[in-house]
Amino acid sequence: MTNPNPPSGSPDKEPASEAQAAQNALGNTERAEAATTPQAQTAQGGTPEPRPSLGRLFVENLWAANTFTVTLLSLVLAIVVGGILMIISDPDVLSTYSYITARPSDALESSWTLVSEAYANLFKGAVFDPETFSGWLNGSNGWEAVFAPISETLTYTAPLVFTGLSVALAFRGGLFNIGAQGQATIGVILAALAGFLLPLPPGLHLLVAVLAGALGGAVWGFVPGILKARTGAHEVIITIMLNYVATYFLTWLIVQNGVQDPTRTDAISKAVDPSAQFPRLLGDNLRVHAGILLAVLATWAVAWLLNRSTLGFELRAVGANPDAARTAGISVTRTFVLIMVFAGLLAGLGGSNMVLGSTASALTPLVVAQIGFDGILVALLGRLKPWGVALAALLFGALQAGGNRMQSYSGISLELVTVLQALIVIFIAAPALVKAIFQLRAARAARLQTSLAKGW
Amino acid sequence: MEPGEIHALLGENGAGKSTLMNVLYGLYQPDEGEILVDGKALKLRGPSDAIAAGIGMVHQHFMLVPVFTVAENIMLGAEQVRGGIAGFLDRRRARREVVEVSERYGLRVDPDAVVEDLPVGIQQRVEIVKALTRDVDLLILDEPTAVLTPQETEELLTVMRSLKAAGKSIVFITHKLGEVKAIADRITVIRRGKTVGTASPDASRDELAALMVGRSVRLTVEKAPAAPGEPVLEVAGLVVDDDRQIRAVDGIDLTVRAGEVLGVAGVQGNGQTELIEAIMGLRPVLAGSVTLDGERIDGWSTKKVLRAGVGYVPEDRSVDGLVKEFSVAENLVLDIYDRPPFAGGLALKPDAIAASAKERIAQFDVRTSSAEAPVGTLSGGNQQKVIVARELSRPLKLFIAAQPTRGVDVGSIEFIHSRVIRERDIGTAVLVVSSELDEVLGLADRVAVMYRGRIIGIVGPDTPREQIGLLMAGVTPEVAAEQTAGATDDDAAPAEAPRSEDEE
Repeated sequence: MTNPNPPSGSPDKEPASEAQAAQNALGNTERAEAATTPQAQTAQGGTPEPRPSLGRLFVENLWAANTFTVTLLSLVLAIVVGGILMIISDPDVLSTYSYITARPSDALESSWTLVSEAYANLFKGAVFDPETFSGWLNGSNGWEAVFAPISETLTYTAPLVFTGLSVALAFRGGLFNIGAQGQATIGVILAALAGFLLPLPPGLHLLVAVLAGALGGAVWGFVPGILKARTGAHEVIITIMLNYVATYFLTWLIVQNGVQDPTRTDAISKAVDPSAQFPRLLGDNLRVHAGILLAVLATWAVAWLLNRSTLGFELRAVGANPDAARTAGISVTRTFVLIMVFAGLLAGLGGSNMVLGSTASALTPLVVAQIGFDGILVALLGRLKPWGVALAALLFGALQAGGNRMQSYSGISLELVTVLQALIVIFIAAPALVKAIFQLRAARAARLQTSLAKGW
Repeated sequence: MEPGEIHALLGENGAGKSTLMNVLYGLYQPDEGEILVDGKALKLRGPSDAIAAGIGMVHQHFMLVPVFTVAENIMLGAEQVRGGIAGFLDRRRARREVVEVSERYGLRVDPDAVVEDLPVGIQQRVEIVKALTRDVDLLILDEPTAVLTPQETEELLTVMRSLKAAGKSIVFITHKLGEVKAIADRITVIRRGKTVGTASPDASRDELAALMVGRSVRLTVEKAPAAPGEPVLEVAGLVVDDDRQIRAVDGIDLTVRAGEVLGVAGVQGNGQTELIEAIMGLRPVLAGSVTLDGERIDGWSTKKVLRAGVGYVPEDRSVDGLVKEFSVAENLVLDIYDRPPFAGGLALKPDAIAASAKERIAQFDVRTSSAEAPVGTLSGGNQQKVIVARELSRPLKLFIAAQPTRGVDVGSIEFIHSRVIRERDIGTAVLVVSSELDEVLGLADRVAVMYRGRIIGIVGPDTPREQIGLLMAGVTPEVAAEQTAGATDDDAAPAEAPRSEDEE
């Protein structure tokens, strides 16, 4: 194990004083957003005893098992496990382990080189590559190269924000929307059709195409919503089945006359008119497009909807306790339908991003990739909070972008990124595991938040 | 604790009774101190350790699997298998045990009934039977009578006496003083996590209550005579089914007038819940009508009924009354969140919600750390006050309170009762449903007794308890008179069940 990520400092296992314990309990019950600003907590938790320094309280709060810490450590753990997988999957490095007792330095050195280079490439592909910066300074490449990794990351992020929000919104309303994939698929179909069938002026054309995508998703969300409300059909089953319907409908549609690209024999549709494409934000050489701005807007809108609107109040009440909501006069069935319509709308927007942005301009059977299913992971990683979902989507987008470079430069398969994403979510879904591994001091009276999938 | 002793643990809600007992049952770990059983210190890592040590517990909130049958629930955790490694569950044996135990202690339960279909009172009984089948020496009953009818309570007390005679010890947690005095050998009073005193059962109610809340409390409801006005709620020929499609309300006629409290007494499960849910639009009305101020409201949505000026305190606050994850402030607007001043258009007005929450927390004496605290962190009494505050802070024509003080401490009971009377005095029609006879008699100006989905009699609150008790058992005065006279008359129609018993 040669990963450069041993947790710095040893966990503080001494019994905490009463005040500190209370402090930690406080920190733990607060959700992620509060946890990201531990200083704020230290400021309000007026400790009567000899006041520990802010720094110490910060560290203590970090080690108390709050959601932020658990998320961070899950990432670290996933990276460690990912490193082990890289070593195992590389025959050259693995062969050095056959004589590890004779020359341990060989094995350690080659492992270190492999893993560190792979992660360095991941970082360079996702965030920033120092070489391009020096290249820009001495004129060997343009400024675009410096921003290329970020541009890639944001391009992958945008659709995930939408599908993540879709799943998170439904979850908050007590529904498990597995159907973001299908909703995104219908979204991508309608957006593309509007994109190449309607002769409209630029601007308006984009607007219509985006709305068509949203509408498609909304319709595909409405179906399980109304079925659940009227007949009690479980939304999980309906949405999974509708995913299949949507996927095969797409496959069928692509090869129909008027849809298929007349110059091609394979399954690909006509291309969306440029007038219906999202404008690029940083020039034509960088892929980042206005979809990411729409994603930020959607995040804000969902946050407002959830926390500041009467509809969000109904949604959260129904999600937390449908009986009490019904008794208080909230129509649970109507809320279910609305939740699914909004969730579908968001997923549909995510789908629109896949064909109106820069990832593709025509329909193919795999045009939506896995954004619907990744959306479930993003929603869980983001703790079902809109801005948390946006951050989680950013992380997943970065992994995707970096993974591409890792594959081409280090020869590490792109699938490893998928494994990393899965591992992160597994560790987050099992906070007790993370706490046990890192010996986190469990805050008193802290209840593990494992019941994300309420109603199951 | 001594063998064969009934030790009552008395304290307000949130005093720490349940926490203490959960430690005894191994659900929580003690931070300090130790538990001694037969002189030996005991380290309980979980409920199974506790059961092995002979400690059984009946929880305040039932720990039953709703979709299992009674027998399955009872064998849960101590499953008997037969057929060697094949390990078939021995359901027959479990059934036998249930029947045996329930017969021995007179706790009738159907071993094949599915728990979620059973009324709360019977579920409680299942819990007790479950503990009894485990051969425990020490039985902890955490507020067992909170959901029982007077008759059932009386039965339970009999059971407790027979258990005591069998040498078992019982810790009896409650805040009902009457029961404590009736059954306990020793009383320990807990307040704010500390033992504040022990008392003998001879101590007067007032003494005990004072010890419990730390001040003297009024136990009777003080009120002026009612001044009933026009009829507000009129129910005629109402027929409603319960969740199992079994007739629960069978042709009820009721009138509640402005400025009066109509109390509905009755053994739980005789249709009271369904009657109220039907009025509230939560349950379909199969026949008959519900009229509010001359307007037919049956068939209306719950929201519309609430809007029409009906306040509703549901029977089960944790299920129907509150969203526990929501803050106190949010729960205080749970049914008026979308009306001014709390919302404008689609937007909530957090400032208005917070301001009103602050006001009502003060007005209704809700003890909470802040208006933003999740309501689930409050004690039962304070949770109930949140609901009462919510329902009573808008203008009402009709106020319906179901079990308004179930599982609520003495101090809060007093407060809630005074609020109900105040609402009556400003001219609201009040309908109180309670299985607590004392509560009905204390609050009501007229008492309607429900039995098997019908109103079997409407009497004044000064009617002797025995007579109401008989009515609750389905025995009308006419029938009672006949029984004493030994004659059979032909016009005693209201009570069929007792008549059929009569005629055998």
